[in-house]
Amino acid sequence: MRYDSLVDSVGQTPLVGLPRLSPSADVRLWAKLEDRNPTGSIKDRAALYMVQAAEKDGSLQPGATILEPTSGNTGISLAMVASQRGYKLICVMPENTSVERRQLLEMWGASIVSSPAAGGSNEAVRVAKAMAAEHREWVMLYQYGNPANAAAHYETTAPEILADLPTITHFVAGLGTTGTLMGCGRYLREKVPGIQIVAAEPRYGELVYGLRNLDEGFVPELYDESVLTTRFSVGPAEALRRTRELVEQEGIFAGISTGAILHAALGSASKAVAAGERADIAFVVADGGWKYLSTGAYAGTLEEAEAALEGQLWA
Amino acid sequence: MAIEVRIPTILRTYTGGEKAVTGDGSTLADVLVDLDSRHPGLRERIVDEKGLRRFVNVYVNDEDVRFMGGLGTGLKDGDTVTVLPAVAGGSADGPEAASAPLPLGFGS
Repeated sequence: MRYDSLVDSVGQTPLVGLPRLSPSADVRLWAKLEDRNPTGSIKDRAALYMVQAAEKDGSLQPGATILEPTSGNTGISLAMVASQRGYKLICVMPENTSVERRQLLEMWGASIVSSPAAGGSNEAVRVAKAMAAEHREWVMLYQYGNPANAAAHYETTAPEILADLPTITHFVAGLGTTGTLMGCGRYLREKVPGIQIVAAEPRYGELVYGLRNLDEGFVPELYDESVLTTRFSVGPAEALRRTRELVEQEGIFAGISTGAILHAALGSASKAVAAGERADIAFVVADGGWKYLSTGAYAGTLEEAEAALEGQLWA
Repeated sequence: MAIEVRIPTILRTYTGGEKAVTGDGSTLADVLVDLDSRHPGLRERIVDEKGLRRFVNVYVNDEDVRFMGGLGTGLKDGDTVTVLPAVAGGSADGPEAASAPLPLGFGS
């Protein structure tokens, strides 16, 4: 397939069947390979849409500077899109973030401002907000509340899936900014009566939750509970086990969050089998496993891998 | 009816430091009332007059009760209830945040 430029090649990813992990000929699993996007994750779609929307409404002018507190896939996607469109990108990230992420961001031309490790992402947000207040000309796209994030999936991801799988009965994805589930969920609910929209969210170890205050939680502005059919919490043991099953049985080398998503997809498959219903379950492979090799997720026993993940934000 | 209820770190002051306690009841609401008789104050950190508190998530066998029967979700012997702070992130890696306090969940 031919495109005018790399940015034009975002999306149109393959949907592949899982002949070994699908429980029967009537209950089938299908993987949407979002790691095939230009920077290797589903975030390329949201980054491109958020930039295009800001260009359209005039908030992003030629040569402008984008500021985002991010150390993950969104930052990497934004860095690529910004470099191709002539914007500067400043990512604010905690100083203890992995060297791979730092190198990837710098490779695509992003500047990195470090925030103190002690405050974690919290501190990165505080620093970014303070910088934005001082530099009114900088543009913060804010993926958790930016409707263009969900629109990317409403207009591209979901139509692609439905075109490839008109018999779809379930859509399963990870719940983070909630953009994928809100966008795909709304589109599929409009087109497919009775479709189930299933969310998988990671459940971390004790060290990560720490003394988090129950009165100060975080729910992204994009989140609308009514779009979902149900929501599963998936721990690291299940996520790791499924990540390995996916590569061992189907040859798909995915990141750990995809293991959590597959776990929820297989749970939906079991329910369909038990109910004697046919099902075509599409789930999202959010990214490949490359960026997580250093976590130890793919080496040694599952117990060793789980121990290595303790205290880490693995999804 | 023995229902295991996993308690997040922040609420263990009510359970004498225990990570999990056992409750009795045929619905989530009943179990919370039962737990409160031995761990006074615990229930009102999880529910208010309108139901589950906004930033608290409760799961029965890993499924969010907001998509089941809420506080009326039926429980049976051997079920596991997990209470967790509401968190969110981006998707598919890394610590990530866009609004204080620290969002967890899928990175972004």
